[in-house]
Amino acid sequence: MSTQNNPEFWGYRRPDGRVGVRNHVLILPTITCATQAAKQVTELVHGTVSFIHQHGCAQVGVDYEQTFRTYVGMGTNPNVYGVVVMGLGCETHQARSVAGEIAKSGKPVEVVSIQDHGGTLGAIAQAARIAAQMVQDASALSREPFDFSELIVGTECGGSDACSGLSANPAVGVVSDMIVDHGGTAILAETTELIGAEHLLANRAVDDRVAKRVYEVIQAMENRAIAMGVDIRTGNPSPGNIRGGLTTLEEKSLGAAAKAGTRPLQELVEYAQRPTKKGLVWMDTPGHDIEQLTGMVAGGAQVVLFTSGRGTPTGSPIAPVIKIATNTLMFERMKDNMDINAGTIIDGKESIESVGQRIFNEIALVCSGKLTKAEILKQHDFGIWRIGPTF
Amino acid sequence: METGYQTVMMKPEDSVAVALSEIPAGTTVKVMCQDQTFVVQLQDNIDFGHKFAVVPIKQGQDVLKYGEVIGVASRDIDVGEHVHVHNVEGKRGRGDKVEYAKQS
Repeated sequence: MSTQNNPEFWGYRRPDGRVGVRNHVLILPTITCATQAAKQVTELVHGTVSFIHQHGCAQVGVDYEQTFRTYVGMGTNPNVYGVVVMGLGCETHQARSVAGEIAKSGKPVEVVSIQDHGGTLGAIAQAARIAAQMVQDASALSREPFDFSELIVGTECGGSDACSGLSANPAVGVVSDMIVDHGGTAILAETTELIGAEHLLANRAVDDRVAKRVYEVIQAMENRAIAMGVDIRTGNPSPGNIRGGLTTLEEKSLGAAAKAGTRPLQELVEYAQRPTKKGLVWMDTPGHDIEQLTGMVAGGAQVVLFTSGRGTPTGSPIAPVIKIATNTLMFERMKDNMDINAGTIIDGKESIESVGQRIFNEIALVCSGKLTKAEILKQHDFGIWRIGPTF
Repeated sequence: METGYQTVMMKPEDSVAVALSEIPAGTTVKVMCQDQTFVVQLQDNIDFGHKFAVVPIKQGQDVLKYGEVIGVASRDIDVGEHVHVHNVEGKRGRGDKVEYAKQS
């Protein structure tokens, strides 16, 4: 179906022109008080997804905006056919405002608030009826062929070990270049885990303004640790990273940056913000796996490449996450969770380029409907980067 | 000299190499990177994925991997010693070293 010179995948065209690789109906709780009801709806109605979180109220300023942007981004992600926004009624992040923003994409959106529908059971029944109709409508759509220029591919590493920077991350770097060369977008994230490697990326910035932003976001991340008077090393590298042979944040960063390939850095976007340019884009996110995954998916990534040395089950309710092992030992130990073994590079059996091609081929298959391990295991992780306290 | 143990050194200017399997102390390994060759007798057991010094590193000196700075030696490190959190410190994001944070 896909060849190296004319790569394509089979996806769903959405009313706003973007292309989905999945056809989910999302039950989107805008407040933590509605998350349990939303989860009940997903258990009643096949074809729906949701996520649990602790946000949506008592937030101000940058956190309010970031959370709002994340909800809207999850709803407008092209992998979503339609959305039932579930609120409580009294919360800061009003379901109606979130639904209004999502509706601008042209996809079906409905609102159900617990306080307006006779409490939890009434709201669940109402949301389930709406969702059931949306699922049936969604199921009538057919996949069509598209090329890779329609894709935003998120890249991420988690549970890193000393092999991450030698095998899986450079292989993802090869894929990042391939995506960019085919006119698509690759997102680099994890600002915390680029501390110490920023000069390498700044040198690849398309202009001085982008290079300046690279140093600014790195400085801001470092300053948060400094302002708190904490040693960033107590959390990063993590105990597992250290057992895997990573000594310092800088060492981890240099390995993480290998995911970014070699192409020019086009822009930096805020957390959960949709890229405005194609090519390599940096999203300002923390190193926390789930929070950065959420940021990239809310920013429109339809598929995510996730390299791991220690092994992790991470997945998203909205986007397929392709899990790539950095070493063969872990791949064998965690076959339930891993999709691809890049440890063949360490074993001396395969080149970085060859593994990159294998990952690229897997993207075409997954974007055409093949399920990833994380999807099969319903690993629906979600977390929003919180900067300040709750009020 | 052909001990069968694989190691990797990323750039010729690096001060460390990485073991690609568990290697016992006392083993002599040959580490090659481009035009550089180092013959190193390991002073410690080196676990899979862990680093050892290929050149002597003085306390306070930068430690190099990927041709870049990964931290600073917190004490003198001999050739063949395990290089890790017990003898290397990161230099970045060090809020713990900021004086004002300890006041008030």
